[in-house]
Amino acid sequence: MSTHSITTQKVNFRVFRFNAGDDYLPYYENYTMEVTSEEVVLDILNRIKWDFDGSFSYRRSCRHGICGACAIKVNGRSTLACKESMTTMIDWFGTDLTLEPLSIKRAVKDLIIDKGDFWKKHDAIHPYLISHIDEHPEMECAVTPEQADELNDADLCIQCGACHYACPVVEVNEDFFGPAAFAKAYRFEADVRDDAHITRLEELHEEKQGLWDCVKCFECAEVCPKEVNPIDKITKLHQMLFKEGVATSNVATRHAVGFKHSIAKHGVLDEGGLVLYSEGPAIIKHIPVALKMFRKGKIVMPWAIPKSDNLDEIQQLIKSSSTVKF
Amino acid sequence: MKKLKYALFTGCTAKQSTPEQLMSTYAVAKKLNIELIELTEASCCGASHLQDFDDFLSLVLNARNIAYAEKHGLTMVTICNTCQLNTAMTKHRLDHNSKLKAKVNEKLNEVGLEYKGTSTITHFLYAIIDDFGLDKLKEMVVTPLSKFNIAPFYGCHNIRPSELQNETHKTKENPYNPTSLDDLIIACGGKNVDYEQKNKCCGFHVELQAPHTAAVLTGNAIAGAVDQNADWMVTPCPLCHLKLDTQADHASKAIGREVELPVLHMQQMVGLALGCSSEELGLKHHVAEVNFI
Ligand code: SF4
Ligand code: SF4
Ligand code: FES
Repeated sequence: MSTHSITTQKVNFRVFRFNAGDDYLPYYENYTMEVTSEEVVLDILNRIKWDFDGSFSYRRSCRHGICGACAIKVNGRSTLACKESMTTMIDWFGTDLTLEPLSIKRAVKDLIIDKGDFWKKHDAIHPYLISHIDEHPEMECAVTPEQADELNDADLCIQCGACHYACPVVEVNEDFFGPAAFAKAYRFEADVRDDAHITRLEELHEEKQGLWDCVKCFECAEVCPKEVNPIDKITKLHQMLFKEGVATSNVATRHAVGFKHSIAKHGVLDEGGLVLYSEGPAIIKHIPVALKMFRKGKIVMPWAIPKSDNLDEIQQLIKSSSTVKF
Repeated sequence: MKKLKYALFTGCTAKQSTPEQLMSTYAVAKKLNIELIELTEASCCGASHLQDFDDFLSLVLNARNIAYAEKHGLTMVTICNTCQLNTAMTKHRLDHNSKLKAKVNEKLNEVGLEYKGTSTITHFLYAIIDDFGLDKLKEMVVTPLSKFNIAPFYGCHNIRPSELQNETHKTKENPYNPTSLDDLIIACGGKNVDYEQKNKCCGFHVELQAPHTAAVLTGNAIAGAVDQNADWMVTPCPLCHLKLDTQADHASKAIGREVELPVLHMQQMVGLALGCSSEELGLKHHVAEVNFI
């Protein structure tokens, strides 16, 4: 017999309300409820609608973490409502919880948002297998378990948008494709059956879409309910660009490669040298800040850059372990 | 209590653009009777950029750094969030993948080294909290920072990905409600300021590639702290420090509002509370001047 017992706790919910048709500004409504340890966030949304206000709107469909419809923010954290237990939420944030849409500026009605930007970016990466398959194949198109492993869980994405609307760059740069789109692109880039490999990579490398604009904040990895780990996929796309010879010389690629050169020379990084290597003549724009830093003893002159002890070891390892040329 | 002793991985920044961070690390360690053996052989961790270029090479170089800590039989202590992440991530991957570990060791053996997996890796912030103890620190405070509203700025790579960081530190940090730096501020007698951006990104890693994005993120962070009446900000990461301290002009332009605040390294804050002098803490090395001492 199970010894597990259901407990209850009083929780105050502050809920985002807005109807783009009627309201000029959003407002928050408060609801207090006894919440059981068995409930998930979606149960609370249902209870608000069923017990308090029938006009309250949110998206849900499968209730099994499959359709991706129910993602919202709880105390600022993107959350798949039908998956996240209230016990975890209370553990993390206490008993005052704010429920908001994934993106306030895209709110249409209460917790429902216009996900148009998300889908547009998703479509733009050609999120399907492009393969010139023989119409009369004589054998099946076999993929080995090792080749399938290369997808690295990228195919588990349910397009919930939790990562997309948690990503700080999506908020700042409307051209940035965002973590979900890049993870989806990787899904097909890593598939041995895909024939668009290089073309898709070339498109992703175009500066506007910002494969190099990711700030490496790991928000997407943190919130993804399916453990897709989009930042890991972005890193892998970067590596692919170099490996496949698609990477062209720009400030972002030189910045990555500059680390290798600097480490080979000093062991440690030559910070000023890296900026020069990455920017080229455009380094001139950094001079005002550099001068301020210089005055405060924050710039080391090129001849005084420290060197790691046993530098020869580092140089030997770079020689023998480098896997990529650029 | 047994004397605490660590292998110090300084990272590159503390030796160049944030000399005050290294000075204050040593000043605080001395006050707390913590012994630091500097890993002078260590190379750059790749700062998550070498990793974009050559993953295997970055694994080998980071494994080499850890191997030197292992030679001393010590826990490695880092003083940079990004060094912490890259080193801890390397350790995690090698400890969970024996094939990869063997491949990396094949290279390290060429220079007479071996990665065994025996050293743990922690950040100086967590060394103070987990190993030294905040209660003990509190007892040692001679100049409580009670006059100040202090805004903690956590920096991404200490709190995310939380799975990795929580396996590294005893302090279990919730990245959406982190507490370590707030607790440290309180232990130093200061008042911790709560603001939305405290666990957000400063934008450092794309300063060259995407300057507008980087500047907006920096500006929002400083503005968030200013709006909650912070007197200054404090961070455990020298990269966040650099961004917040030196880029206030760009950030102000990007968000259309003048913002600037002094930004202290967490070691400088602890040092102030422990009575270290401003020379020992290198307070003159800040662009956003530290003029309240
Ligand atoms: S790691 Fe990159 S893609 Fe992921 S949330 Fe941060 S900026 Fe966005
Ligand atoms: S990567 Fe994860 S968080 Fe992002 S859309 Fe897919 S399932 Fe949702
Ligand atoms: S309702 Fe389908 S994922 Fe939550």
